Amino acid sequence: MTDLHTIRVTVNGTTYERTVEARMLLSDFIRHELGLTGTHVGCEHGVCGACTVLFDGQPVRSCLMFAVQADGHEIMTVEGLAPEGEMHPLQEAFHEAHALQCGFCTPGFLMTLKPFVETHPNPTEEEIRKAISGNLCRCTGYQHIIEAVKLAIKKIHHTDA
Amino acid sequence: MAGRYFGQPIRRNEDPVLLTGQALFTDDVQLPGMVHVAFLRSDYAHARIRSIDVSRALDRPGVIGVYTAEDLGDYWQPGPLLVPPPPVEGIIFHQRTQVPLAKGKVRHVGEPVVMVVAESRYIAEDALDDIFVDYEPLEAVVDVEKALEPDAPLVHEDLGTNLAARVVQRKGDYEAARAKADVIIQRRFYYDHGLAAAMENRGIVAHWDKKMQYLTVWDTTQAPVVIRNGLAKMLGLSESQVRVIAPFIGGAFGPKIMMFYPEEVLIPWLSMKLNRPVKWIEDRRENFVATTQERYQVHYAEIALTKEGRILGVKDRFYHDTGAYDPYGLTVPINSQCTLLGPYDIPNYHSEMNVVFTNKTIVTPYRGAGRQHGVFVMERLLDLAAKELGIDRTEIRRRNFIPPDKFPYNNEIIYQDFAPLVYDSGNYEPALDLAMKLIDYEKFIKEEQPRLRAEGKHVGLGIVAYVEGTGIGPYEGARVQVESTGKVNVATGVGTQGQSHFTSFAQIVAEQLDVDVRNIRIVTGDTAEFHWGTGTFASRGAVVAGNAIHAAAKKVREKVLQKASEEFGVPVEELELRGGYVHTKDGRSISLADLAVKANPLRGAVKPGTEPGLEATMYFGPERGVTANGVHAMIVEVDPELMDVKIKKYVVVHDCGKVINPLVVEGQIHGGVAQGIGNSFYEEIVYNEDGQMLTASFMDYLIPTAMEIPPIEVGHVETPSPWNELGTKGTGEAGAIPTAAAFVQAVEDALADYGIEILEAPLSPNRLFEILKEAQAKKGT
Amino acid sequence: MKPPAFKYYAPSSVEEALALLAEHGYDAKILAGGQSLIPTMNFRLAQPGVLVDLNRVSELAFIRPADDGGLLIGAMTRHVQVETSDLVAQRLPLLHETMPFIAHPQIRNRGTYGGSISHADPAAELPAITVTHRGKIHLRSTRGSRWVDADDFFVGLFTTALEPDEMVVEIALPPLPPRTGWAFDEFSRRHGDFALVGVAAAVTLDPAGAVEDARLVFMGVGDRPMKGDTAVALLRGQVPSADLIEEAATRAAQEDIDPFGDVHASAAFRRHLAAVLAKRVLTRAVERANR
Repeated sequence: MTDLHTIRVTVNGTTYERTVEARMLLSDFIRHELGLTGTHVGCEHGVCGACTVLFDGQPVRSCLMFAVQADGHEIMTVEGLAPEGEMHPLQEAFHEAHALQCGFCTPGFLMTLKPFVETHPNPTEEEIRKAISGNLCRCTGYQHIIEAVKLAIKKIHHTDA
Repeated sequence: MAGRYFGQPIRRNEDPVLLTGQALFTDDVQLPGMVHVAFLRSDYAHARIRSIDVSRALDRPGVIGVYTAEDLGDYWQPGPLLVPPPPVEGIIFHQRTQVPLAKGKVRHVGEPVVMVVAESRYIAEDALDDIFVDYEPLEAVVDVEKALEPDAPLVHEDLGTNLAARVVQRKGDYEAARAKADVIIQRRFYYDHGLAAAMENRGIVAHWDKKMQYLTVWDTTQAPVVIRNGLAKMLGLSESQVRVIAPFIGGAFGPKIMMFYPEEVLIPWLSMKLNRPVKWIEDRRENFVATTQERYQVHYAEIALTKEGRILGVKDRFYHDTGAYDPYGLTVPINSQCTLLGPYDIPNYHSEMNVVFTNKTIVTPYRGAGRQHGVFVMERLLDLAAKELGIDRTEIRRRNFIPPDKFPYNNEIIYQDFAPLVYDSGNYEPALDLAMKLIDYEKFIKEEQPRLRAEGKHVGLGIVAYVEGTGIGPYEGARVQVESTGKVNVATGVGTQGQSHFTSFAQIVAEQLDVDVRNIRIVTGDTAEFHWGTGTFASRGAVVAGNAIHAAAKKVREKVLQKASEEFGVPVEELELRGGYVHTKDGRSISLADLAVKANPLRGAVKPGTEPGLEATMYFGPERGVTANGVHAMIVEVDPELMDVKIKKYVVVHDCGKVINPLVVEGQIHGGVAQGIGNSFYEEIVYNEDGQMLTASFMDYLIPTAMEIPPIEVGHVETPSPWNELGTKGTGEAGAIPTAAAFVQAVEDALADYGIEILEAPLSPNRLFEILKEAQAKKGT
Repeated sequence: MKPPAFKYYAPSSVEEALALLAEHGYDAKILAGGQSLIPTMNFRLAQPGVLVDLNRVSELAFIRPADDGGLLIGAMTRHVQVETSDLVAQRLPLLHETMPFIAHPQIRNRGTYGGSISHADPAAELPAITVTHRGKIHLRSTRGSRWVDADDFFVGLFTTALEPDEMVVEIALPPLPPRTGWAFDEFSRRHGDFALVGVAAAVTLDPAGAVEDARLVFMGVGDRPMKGDTAVALLRGQVPSADLIEEAATRAAQEDIDPFGDVHASAAFRRHLAAVLAKRVLTRAVERANR
């Protein structure tokens, strides 16, 4: 039984029309149908957060959605974070604070954090930690990531977090 | 030699591609006509295979092929023994290595039994449900001590025993020392180390190009050169027909260097058979049972001391769970045996290691690689001794530290590199002093803790020391070339897994050639670029590859100056290499790019006895490893109602010799400590009596999040290694090694009024509940 | 870890959804937020033949004031909407305080109220809070519509009063009475994990400071949200002293729950935690009621 559906999805501003099987995970669709391999897959059971993308502006785990559910919706992946070639302040901050090592979990952190840093000019460290509590990183021990978040907020809001 | 580049916190070259989603990881490889593999793995820990019926799977649309062990013919062979047994007198060692697909019997849950290849991974997984394997379940071997009882079921019947190895190592005469002791402390210790759980699972893509007669393999391995050589041999190809690329690796921490995993043997074979690109990407469920892990050891240890707290000797007998096979030899238990000695001057040591086959996933090194187990035993013994003798725990350590004038210090036993365990250098007291200062030891003990206790709070401090053997041989190599663009190209075979090699290696080269680090391109993990090397493991990249790169860069520097000297007619000593140019004292200069062009002329001749270009290849093969060391300290608060432990403060003082990039070293320490904290209180592999893993998902195997990891303060002490020119020592594993020992000491300290003794790790709220209950029951009787 | 094949429907109205459920009955699973269902499918532990996706049924996403001072919450209202709703904060502070305990931000952006209570994980927060609030659950099918008390809705492990052709459309949560204090607390291994044990309490005091009514509901210690009625009976009519609260908590943890053991906590430890947490939430609820 192959249940096929034709969907139109806007990813990073480009609209794609594809025919997909109903069971195809959104993460697989983004990576293997659209070739946007910056979104990574770490657990496929919704714990590690590596596959986080923005779905209509909100961070979600793309391994816990079917591609067919994205029909008519807008998605942003890490490739869309800095389309002009310049890095987003969040990416710059990660670079400056050494907030990544192997870099596998990084796109998930960035997509989780994008709305957070844009809407939180002055978070506490506890709020930052909670914001990333749904993303696992095995390399950094999180400390430099937290420093990067503070730095990104400074860059975006010109404040001291 | 801290310089303009070496020793500086330079931002990483590899970041831009990683941050923008442009870096190539193995699962990102997409080839036309590519097909996908899924494995049917054993659900049983121990069972005989009566028959396998794959007919329904073959009928499923989209399925291309289904393979059992029988279908592999002569290609079916047990894997190689990666590390042979060490040359220790009287050693017992039984080699039993993993097989590509189980034949006749399965020996652990997750062992591959059938390989399915299909047009998509979805279909391949559908087909797994179509296969019927008729198993005859056998009693599983689970507990290491029961496994050695006479009537225990056998993992490998032909051996007649579950004992995989026994190694006794001795220094001095322990029994004689024991006779002179004022105090002897004996305990049984249990230490369980978990699994690496790198965020990226394993994966392999193989592409056999029939017309080119060339096999390309993308593999999440830490040792691409070894994989290439092995594959060529197995597949009957020339090494030059095989290219193995270890692209960006999403963390590895040890288990990505278990040559050969069954999948590494099968996927390239299948690509040649089908003449199509083949991809297999491990999923998280497979990773829990099919990727190697570390597990537990049981130690029966005793320490003999004078009443002043001087160690006279240590005796230990321990049991190590190696899983169903032992392809990695004795690396992990040897590390335990050796690292137990720590930074202490221990004149007499007797250690018996028993390695035991069980019906569980194979054990190979995971960050720390058995060192944790040894450090835990030693540090706990010292804590017990300090209590018994009424000596401060830092003082008993200080009294036993090897003094700086005793280096090189010979422990007289054989290490994992088969060389005698000799410490190159070390200066342990400053590290302890600095850690005590950073954690504010005196103030905590004398003021804070009594005050908080009076308020009813349960706070405790843990402080422990360790040494770490790092940077072992046999060798690594590197080729450094100044290109005609002026950029520098560096190739090495070491592999990488996120340790910032693209930057720290570039810093080493930049120091010699004074070129912007961003203009130095590092290639690591592509056998087409460099095909000599062993791999990234044992905290050796910065030491072994680092010194090879340093040597090659120095050689290129000589060539650059020599060439410039010829061009200008000025002696080398009067030239200066600066900012990508060679300058003369009278104001003339030439760029490295122009020199590279001149060194590779289109006309004229390259002088006999010289080589074209500004290039050099050098190797570094240390006779033995170098020893890093450090002290970890933490303060915890325990809620004895919820049995919860919060780490309030964490301090690491670390000595890894000369630091190439302090930002990178800090990152390594932070990450190691986070894994150590996981290993102290969150992460635990639980097997039931049937050999089933009960924690095989991220819902149950608890990797700490940002909420569980405290801020970590890092202090540096620098004792350069005299055994390599850069003076570096390894740092990759240091953060993870002593964490649990410090954690348990701190928890015990926090719960001092309960009179408990904790001889195990990891802990958990549930386990603390049981320990406190047991203590209460004892008090009651 | 790829899900098995299924037939997918995405109705855009409740009527359409109910017709699909009537047609596919036992084969069908409702896909709400998918944050529990999809991982289970990825592990192939659930293999539904038909998925009826409610994410396009926009009429089911709402938070509306109810006449009794409480709220009506649509089944497809996402956790993040409840968490950030001013109405919830004003009218249902217990629910408001509990929301951040649910998993992680990404999960709360997708997970739904109706999905959570229909899934009926005994360790989940919303079933316990719904019971504490004496909520009512509105179920519909093509056969009709009915309201079920939360007490009767949760009937066992991952089992509810829902018939195969029925779905939850909304939840009515009455307000807590005047002079009621509330509290929620849970203990989980990591932040955001399913709790080993969680406890919600609501305590109503009479003007003299004695307990007029109380609710104490445990999660993670039985096959459904477990009510601490023994504790309530002990407290009722009494001025709640620290000793009485401790006794009530301990008795409830002995008599009102039926904990199981797993790799994270034995049954005995769960019982212990239940007593500790019950004491803590009752104490805080009484403090708040006295304010």
